[in-house]
Amino acid sequence: MAPRKSRASSRNPELIRGIGKYSRSKMYHKRGLWAIKAKHGGVFPRHEPKEVPPKPAEKPPKYYPADDVKHPIPNHRKHKPTKLRASITPGTVLILLAGRFMGKRVVFLKQLPSGLLLVTGPFKINGVPLRRVNQAYVIATSTKVDISAVSAEKFDDKYFTKEKKKKKNKGESEFFETEKETKALPQEKKDDQKAVDTSLIKVIEAVPDLKAYLGARFSLRAGMKPHELVF
Amino acid sequence: MPFKRYVEIGRVALVNYGKDYGTLVVIVDVVDQNRALVDAPDMVRGQMNFKRLSLTDIKIDIPRLPKKKSLIAAMEAADVKNKWENSSWGRKLIVQKRRAALNDFDRFKVMLARIKRGGAIQQELAKLKKQDASRGLMS
Repeated sequence: MAPRKSRASSRNPELIRGIGKYSRSKMYHKRGLWAIKAKHGGVFPRHEPKEVPPKPAEKPPKYYPADDVKHPIPNHRKHKPTKLRASITPGTVLILLAGRFMGKRVVFLKQLPSGLLLVTGPFKINGVPLRRVNQAYVIATSTKVDISAVSAEKFDDKYFTKEKKKKKNKGESEFFETEKETKALPQEKKDDQKAVDTSLIKVIEAVPDLKAYLGARFSLRAGMKPHELVF
Repeated sequence: MPFKRYVEIGRVALVNYGKDYGTLVVIVDVVDQNRALVDAPDMVRGQMNFKRLSLTDIKIDIPRLPKKKSLIAAMEAADVKNKWENSSWGRKLIVQKRRAALNDFDRFKVMLARIKRGGAIQQELAKLKKQDASRGLMS
């Protein structure tokens, strides 16, 4: 067929919503339906229906519920990761505002698919390991570290989920003994931390005072007004 | 304590309120008891209440209502910019602006520098004290 020019507008201008300018017979002529008929010997072209494989015979169900069963409406919505603030780019130094490491200055690596930020101390400098952090509990400073030597590709949310504890049925005597299974950090995670940190530390040591900066905690002093501070 | 800085044509003033806060302007005419016509090289000439102006020591030599070009020439001739930046008031403002623009990392570096300076001062002081003590014993 000749390449079709897609026609966006209809050939029948609208006088008022629901009423077109041209009658049905006029539109028949305008659309050229007479030409299509003429091409196909006086009738509209008919296409045979596509071959459908015959459906297997369905058995009638054994059980019909007495009342109507309500089916939940299917929900196919997928969450997008939280919108990342423009001030947070890979390599930005962030200040953590809550949690065990509050006040620590930390290097941002990437945003995980759940929306949380992947962050590392580096561990040797301030004790913050590879960790997930929520964007809302973070101040982004304008200090950036060059992160091109670090590959954070292999980390995602599954890496950080806690392993499920197996439930043990406690006997009477065991109720009074609190079992503490202190799990040591697996060597694989320690190696991952080292792999990320060694190249990062080299870059950090190249900038004067940056190592001490990352090792110190942030705090407000007298006279500091957070809404007037430039971070 | 008589007045030393007068509102007169050619008086340079600092705007202390409003959209043009912090800019230096020249009083070019007086409208009435409360308002002056005010002009600056990068500003449209307009009226301003005296309450918005803080007078400075600097005065330039201009006729009433000069053209923009001659105003700029007169400001260059009197070297208003350098006089302002070297005056103690002007220097204080520059320091304030610089401190307000400090980054978190910059503030950290400033803190390290102050500690270092304090340490150096204490060392010198200790030396002088020791000299004084040893001299005191002799005399």
